[in-house]
Amino acid sequence: MNEQEQQLLLAIADDELILGWRDSEWTGIAPLLEEDVAFSSIAQNEIGHARALYELVARERETTADELAFDRAPDEYRCARIVELRLPDWEKTIARHYLYEEADAARLGQLKDSDDAEIAGLAAKIDREEAYHRMHAQMWFDRLRDEQRFTAALEELRPLLDSARDTHSPELAELWEEMTMVRRSQPAGTRW
Amino acid sequence: MIYEVFRQERKGQPFQHAGSVEAPDAHFADVYAREQYGRRGESTALWVVPRDAVIEIDEFVDELNRNYHRVDGYPLREKLREARERAGTAAPAGDR
Repeated sequence: MNEQEQQLLLAIADDELILGWRDSEWTGIAPLLEEDVAFSSIAQNEIGHARALYELVARERETTADELAFDRAPDEYRCARIVELRLPDWEKTIARHYLYEEADAARLGQLKDSDDAEIAGLAAKIDREEAYHRMHAQMWFDRLRDEQRFTAALEELRPLLDSARDTHSPELAELWEEMTMVRRSQPAGTRW
Repeated sequence: MIYEVFRQERKGQPFQHAGSVEAPDAHFADVYAREQYGRRGESTALWVVPRDAVIEIDEFVDELNRNYHRVDGYPLREKLREARERAGTAAPAGDR
């Protein structure tokens, strides 16, 4: 796996990890119980995908998935702006979910054609689970497509999909504090 | 709206009631039912039905207690024993 491929996988893994954390902020407070279950499950899937991708890169770099996920500084992450935002409004969360799944599907489609059989295999596996996420995103899109609050959220968030991946919002640093707190609280040399 | 969900564990088996989901329309019910009852390999098929569409019957009149209409209301074994005694024949082995 060359450096460029590793960077690509890391960017996707970072997107999935950070989005998984953001989506999980709805656990317990989603609009209805069934949605709570569905959206929490999606959040958990994303983190699972991040882990599988980190593991591929970690092997190349002789490190671990946890170290890649949690031991880098916030400005070393390669996630897109759109996943970093804390979005306490449901219509914005769903707009992000829809935009992200659309972009992610295109990206996974390319990865499935990778010459590296392991990358292609993992992409295919992830994509089978993402099919549920797309179904869920599409269902909300169909229901909210004529709601002004939702269409405004789509317009507001769409440009953030293609943001530069080497600069980040202050919200990522805040999330990073929260995400890595337990790990950083352990004495040096703790094994997980 | 409440939708009742029935799941079939393996092909050919009867569908059994799994639970219910609350959803604003059939499309949401489809996705939520898959999520809760289908996507971990626990079902081969689901039936998702609006609760209103289920005809519920829970009153069964049997005023005269005519239990001979039911198979369990007719004690065959006892009658068979008496008939054999009258005829003087023993029950075949294994039928006691």
